[in-house]
Amino acid sequence: MREEIIVRVGAKILTPFIIMFALYVHFHGDYSPGGGFQAGVILTAAFALLALVYGLAAVQRVLPPWFTRLCAALGVVIYGGVGVVTMLLGHNYLGYDALAQDPKYGQHYGILLVELGVLVTVFGVMASVFYLFAGRGRSES
Amino acid sequence: MAGAGEGTGRVTAQLPILQVVVPLLAAPICAVLRHGRAAAWLAVLASWSVLAIALALLGQVMAGGVVSYHIGDWVPPIGIEYRVDIVNAWVLVIVASIGAVVTPYSVASVEHEIASRRIPLFYAAYLLCLSGLLGITITGDMFNVFVFLEISSLSAYALISLGRPRRALTAAYRYLIMGSVGATFIVIGIGLLYVMTGSLNMADLAGLLPGVWDSRTVKVAYGFLGVGICLKLALFPLHLWLPNAYAFAPSPVTAFMASTATKVAVYMLLRFFLSIFGAAFSFDVMALDRVLLPLALVAVVSMSLVAIFQVDVKRLLAYSSVAQIGYMILGLSFASITGLTATLLHLFNHALMKGALFMALGCVVYRIGSVHIDAMAGLGKRMPWTMAAFVVGGLSLVGVPLTVGFISKWYLILGALEKGGPWIAVAVLVLVTSVMALVYVWRVVEAAYLREFSGDEPTGEAPLSLLAPTWVLVAANLYFGIDAVRTAGVARQAAEVLMAGIGS
Repeated sequence: MREEIIVRVGAKILTPFIIMFALYVHFHGDYSPGGGFQAGVILTAAFALLALVYGLAAVQRVLPPWFTRLCAALGVVIYGGVGVVTMLLGHNYLGYDALAQDPKYGQHYGILLVELGVLVTVFGVMASVFYLFAGRGRSES
Repeated sequence: MAGAGEGTGRVTAQLPILQVVVPLLAAPICAVLRHGRAAAWLAVLASWSVLAIALALLGQVMAGGVVSYHIGDWVPPIGIEYRVDIVNAWVLVIVASIGAVVTPYSVASVEHEIASRRIPLFYAAYLLCLSGLLGITITGDMFNVFVFLEISSLSAYALISLGRPRRALTAAYRYLIMGSVGATFIVIGIGLLYVMTGSLNMADLAGLLPGVWDSRTVKVAYGFLGVGICLKLALFPLHLWLPNAYAFAPSPVTAFMASTATKVAVYMLLRFFLSIFGAAFSFDVMALDRVLLPLALVAVVSMSLVAIFQVDVKRLLAYSSVAQIGYMILGLSFASITGLTATLLHLFNHALMKGALFMALGCVVYRIGSVHIDAMAGLGKRMPWTMAAFVVGGLSLVGVPLTVGFISKWYLILGALEKGGPWIAVAVLVLVTSVMALVYVWRVVEAAYLREFSGDEPTGEAPLSLLAPTWVLVAANLYFGIDAVRTAGVARQAAEVLMAGIGS
């Protein structure tokens, strides 16, 4: 597919929109279907598309495997960290009311933050899995 | 904002969630660390704080009754509740103490058995497994149980697959298939209960279930939960995943899993069937005791027999584990306080003895790379401390007085005699199977002490970093075998709470 000009240009144009859509699915997740998990998968799809068209090596220059693994761990720390912060602010674990003066906004920020953690982890795990499968039989042996 | 004075009170109030969150958050940090040693010490630190928290929780419960923690400030039954009573405080202490001993042990053992680039990931999976097991135990929410079950199981599959023999991969895969079937059955059971009652909170369910006892859905849910949990705890016909998984996993993983994973599954069985459904429903309507009794007896006898003929000592102990699980279920099938006390005591005692035994075998693997019974010939002279630990652990397994094994068997036989009549035969059977345990332990002792070492390569004693944790567990085997007042007291209290049901 690397020779097809339409595919190459098309993938390039689509990629930023896919990433935008992933963020939309995440930030609009508390009003409409969606959330961190779906957003993470869509975000991975953007890079998977690039890898299919431009090859694995090109994508790994932009998104190195160590970074996807870091993301996988970072997301859990974000999620758990929100809980720790609410505990330090004197509420129970994941008591989002602590995050703002008005509990309504506190709940809103809290859910967005933990979903961000989910997004980062899902993105990291999905991309790592994609790299593992796509790289099979190439780098090793 | 928190002042310095109320700081301690605030921390005490947060202990139930910290019990799970400390290892859960240490895991991803381990995963990104580059150095195996750094990850190891973080894991040690996490596991020791877990033990401190578990002991503090047990103290709180003994002093002031049930501790309830509302996650996210949502009030149960809507929100997720962590609910600690004497039963799960006891199981938390078991899991946490084994974790606190096995983690420092694994530092040297893992460096020897696992490729260095995988060591940080090993500790990440290990801590996830630990937090999963603690989570299952501490939560008061049915669906939360399932979530933590998945966390602990998935990390356990990964841990077993890290074993050095290639067959560790097939063993892990087989465990994955059977474990997933078990987990699916459990979630189907939970789903059916949710359909019938609209609640997932355990205490709430215990109140709602008597209203729908007659429905077939509840009975089907009972069946699904029973089969699913028995797969997880490796009750006799559903144990096929266990021997290979234990035999091929890295040594510290075997020691950890053998002393915690099946114990937590037994706890789930007790919690679901006695606390939630209630002793009356389980024993009178569903005849749980009459279903479990034959399975337990067959497990004890047949698996002890199979263990006698094993040549790989790790496998031998794995089969012995299935037999020992039979003892725990046997105690439950007595449907009496004494029987349950025996079950709960054996949870703790078996964790101590199998932990010590598998850790001694880990020392052997460290030095001679094999636990085949012929490879262990003459080992008593070459590794005196390791084999002495094995002998004490083995005596405990047999049930010799002054070891914890004796205490378990004592209560088990007491429970059988208490029921009288044909149950005397069960007591005799317990004695007979103890002799069978003596046979398989003796085979190893005979090889190690009476057979001559034929090779010529010199082998020294295992390093202190492996021996010290092993001997901590050996000492615990002796200490709690001599002074069983405290452990038996807690176990009896827990048994009474279980028989009374969650509401009271």
